[in-house]
Amino acid sequence: MRFKTAQIRLVSSHPEVYEPCDDSFALVDALLADRSKLIEHKPKLCMEVGCGSGYVITSLALLLGQESNGVQYFATDTNPYALKVTSETLEAHGVHAELISTDIASGLEKRLAGLVDVMVVNPPYVPTPEYEVGREGIASAWAGGEDGRSVIDRILPIADNLLSDKGWLYLVTLAANRPLQICLQMRQKGYASRIVLQRSTDEESLHIIKFWRESDTQ
Amino acid sequence: MRLLTHNMLSSNIKGVTNGFPLRIEVEKVVEKEVDLNPDFLRSMFSKIDWKALVHAARSIGYSELPDEADPSMLDSDDFLSRFHHALLQLHLEEGVLICPETGRRFPVNKGIPNMLLHEDEV
Ligand SMILES: C[S@@+](CC[C@H](N)C(=O)[O-])C[C@H]1O[C@@H](n2cnc3c(N)ncnc32)[C@H](O)[C@@H]1O
Repeated sequence: MRFKTAQIRLVSSHPEVYEPCDDSFALVDALLADRSKLIEHKPKLCMEVGCGSGYVITSLALLLGQESNGVQYFATDTNPYALKVTSETLEAHGVHAELISTDIASGLEKRLAGLVDVMVVNPPYVPTPEYEVGREGIASAWAGGEDGRSVIDRILPIADNLLSDKGWLYLVTLAANRPLQICLQMRQKGYASRIVLQRSTDEESLHIIKFWRESDTQ
Repeated sequence: MRLLTHNMLSSNIKGVTNGFPLRIEVEKVVEKEVDLNPDFLRSMFSKIDWKALVHAARSIGYSELPDEADPSMLDSDDFLSRFHHALLQLHLEEGVLICPETGRRFPVNKGIPNMLLHEDEV
């Protein structure tokens, strides 16, 4: 049986916005693989950092439902065009997410702390020279600095702060990001982890890792 | 932008200690009907800063929320439907969010608040 995710032909685009790619599909496939657990999890607030085209947050909203199911979605990006494209993609699928133009979750960290039940992140993870990170335009969609870890390493403590006690984080990483080292680092903050999906393409080896607080038995 | 989001946003400028709630300057508000989920409202109630919600709703033209609220009111359908309307059905489509401490203005265009900072504000 196939479940509903965002349809590529309904995903909007812009020359400056990252188009759904192998990494985006891998993340959505990981969410699909976890679908029944996600539904049982009954999240109230879900969030995506770096929503790009909106393909992932739209798929999550289709997977878990909207207001009638008591779920709300937030999505952020630093690229204003990405938010415009995301809002078009959401609308084309008849779903809604609250969009905020911001760096990771800046502005939300105080009040949203401990409230996010599901967080999904497909970060800029490609190893690049440090000066390429966070520049304007499309390069900021992939440029990840040394080991591709610059943005990831800034996101992890913020995710820790935002996640609720039962919160789950799904993170896309590349082998070059040293995913095991990320898991160890999160372990020190009290998180267990599992590789939900591993996929090698011609160019890259992707791992989608799920994190949850160890105190919370799944 | 829903008032739920307004209730979760603070001024993120470096050095600001009292960045919540952001004041609202309205250009355009739209209403979009969505299903009411009582469980969602009941569980969000304790997370919402009620005073900020009342003020925000008033500043965008909705004054049907009681000044004070306590959890016992969550049994009332009338209260739930007002809370639902304020939290989820009213959208600030165009306007400005203003930092209560510095007066820094964060524009909201097409319902999307822009919280990106200039280099000297980070
Ligand atoms: C690899 S793309 C993923 C896009 C989309 N989520 C997907 O899976 O197709 C990474 C996205 O993160 C955004 N981004 C980069 N740095 C960011 C930051 N510091 N805060 C928020 N978003 C960021 C980029 O603009 C880009 O849209």
